Amino acid sequence: MTKERRDRILLAHGGGGRLTDELIRHHILPRLNNDTLAELADSAKLNLDSKLVCFTTDSYVVKPLFFNGGDIGKLAVCGTINDLAVAGSEPAALSLSLIIEEGFEFELLEKILAGISEAARANGVDIVTGDIKTVEAGAADKIFINTAGIGTRLDDADLGLNRIAVGDKIIINGTIGDHGMTIISQREGIKFQSQLKSDCAGLAGLTCELLRNTEGVKFMRDPTRGGLAATLNEISRGSGLSVEIREADIPINPTVQAAADMLGFDILNIANEGKFVAIVSRESVDDCLNICRKHPLGKEASTIGEIVETVDAPVVELVTKIGGKRIVQMPYGRELPRIC
Amino acid sequence: MLEQIYKAQRLMDAACKKMGRPINIMEVCGTHTVSIFRNGIRPTLPKRLKLLSGPGCPVCVTDQSYIDSVLQLADHDDCLIATYGDMIRVPGKSGSLETKQSSTNVKIVLSSEDALQLAKDIPDKTVVFVAVGFETTAPATAVAVKEAAAEGVDNFCILSGHKLVVPAMRTLLSEKNHNIDAFLCPGHVSVIIGFGAFAEIVEGFGRPCVVAGFEPLQIIEGLGAICQQLAEGKAKVQSIYTAVVTKQGNTTAQKIIGECFEAADGYWRGLGLIEKSTLKLKDKYSRFDAVRRFDISEIPAEDKSGCRCGEVLCGLIEPPECKLFEKTCTPDTAVGPCMVSSEGTCAAWFKYGRERCR
Repeated sequence: MTKERRDRILLAHGGGGRLTDELIRHHILPRLNNDTLAELADSAKLNLDSKLVCFTTDSYVVKPLFFNGGDIGKLAVCGTINDLAVAGSEPAALSLSLIIEEGFEFELLEKILAGISEAARANGVDIVTGDIKTVEAGAADKIFINTAGIGTRLDDADLGLNRIAVGDKIIINGTIGDHGMTIISQREGIKFQSQLKSDCAGLAGLTCELLRNTEGVKFMRDPTRGGLAATLNEISRGSGLSVEIREADIPINPTVQAAADMLGFDILNIANEGKFVAIVSRESVDDCLNICRKHPLGKEASTIGEIVETVDAPVVELVTKIGGKRIVQMPYGRELPRIC
Repeated sequence: MLEQIYKAQRLMDAACKKMGRPINIMEVCGTHTVSIFRNGIRPTLPKRLKLLSGPGCPVCVTDQSYIDSVLQLADHDDCLIATYGDMIRVPGKSGSLETKQSSTNVKIVLSSEDALQLAKDIPDKTVVFVAVGFETTAPATAVAVKEAAAEGVDNFCILSGHKLVVPAMRTLLSEKNHNIDAFLCPGHVSVIIGFGAFAEIVEGFGRPCVVAGFEPLQIIEGLGAICQQLAEGKAKVQSIYTAVVTKQGNTTAQKIIGECFEAADGYWRGLGLIEKSTLKLKDKYSRFDAVRRFDISEIPAEDKSGCRCGEVLCGLIEPPECKLFEKTCTPDTAVGPCMVSSEGTCAAWFKYGRERCR
């Protein structure tokens, strides 16, 4: 298996877990390394004309293209905006690159472009440059989208893993797993799919408000692929500190939980597209929650845990509803439905 | 909820005191195993109460030769392998379905019905459904076979790896050096076979059998009920999963299984050959049997890797006692199926932290 893994890209290499990490560290970074890229931050920070500019890119290959709560176009805009937002910047402009399979219907393309334009308008960002390529039938699955974005970092934002300290609180702006379970349920044709809705949304409005009105935000990240589990493990590993979260305090939509249980998925590993995790100082946590809860995208904001001392090695631990404790590992990269 | 937990814990303490030695309770259901680890149940139990994770994970108990047969079929250009997700990472002699999936004929399905639909949609391929699982998934496989027969979908067949829970429990207790005091019996399987099916374990071996659901409180209460029996020196069949499990089970599902399958001797990983413990398609459905269609040999593969999944499955050792655990065998580089499956004991120990699992 190990040998074949070297010869070929597996699906899990794109899953946001350990194999993605391996791919980045062993294949991408050695070839393309520069100081900015090596940080592996949600956005690259470039100092242009004495202003700190954030720069990020992301590709979107979601299936199905249209899902309850969004489509690939909305996702491509919001996802890149969110990477800029959690780096503490205000999005300024996006690029858009489309790779389209020969034979793709114009009607669907129009719908996707509408999703893109609506999301860009709703988030106050212009798409200022772009590209279109077509490939022969079978060489791509309908449509792939890449967006890149730049934003100017807010003066008040001083975010970094190095600022995180023991006692800091962890907040999230709402329920987890909604996007991932919507996509999976729709893909697998699960009966109650109509009750699930992706949380796909641009977060810059909320994050900018948070950063402008409080001083205690130390770090933010959007828990997309790999879910909350991957994000918290990245925070723990990057800061060298441990994380303790409480199961009872994590907001979860009961239908989403039921769908995850049915397929045997750990909801902590499931993707989100309209959520951010913020590490905030103990003193500022109430202010942060108040600001979030007044915003439409933060009504269910909650403190889910805190940063604690590391004993042997940095770990993420979950205190379960019955008072037990367990480790939350970095997910493998691809959730598989179980047998029964 | 806390009050119910305390009550169960008092029962457990009383049983440990009464027995005057550590108590070993085996769960024989992968979903119980995952729930126990995911909800951090082990650290809340008395130290002298030990949970053994038995042969309850369908992926883990599937013999190596079965995996190799599936991999062999995946190499046939005219075959499309339709499999439950759990199976694709299990390593065989030549890679796994996951490594084959990137280039060839492997598709993940959620049900046998989806596999049959694939056969209808892609008539120029023979769809081979990787039919694994216990009595929970067997009825759905049977329904798909019957439907294929009725509709004449001849490019559909199954490779039956279905297994029966009770013969495995009997085999475990027939081993001289077993250390099992009682069973926490599987919820899903019991919905089908009924809790009455465990009577032979109680009568033949004097071991309490309690059926519980999968919520953490159900599991804790189930363990409490077992301990109450142990403390009182009793052994009986009991179900606390009363909402869905009856004594006789789902007789419609049992009938469908009986129409398509017959019990046959078969190999289990770790347990070896067990008499009448697997389900084989009856002769009248033989044309849907991949073994007969493709002339697959059923010789068990010799495992030289040093993997001790078999002993883990029998509750004889804990995963860290295997030399490969966390070293050459991790979820990313799994040597044995107990590390591959999301319901596998080794994966649970690895994933949820070994110290907290004790």
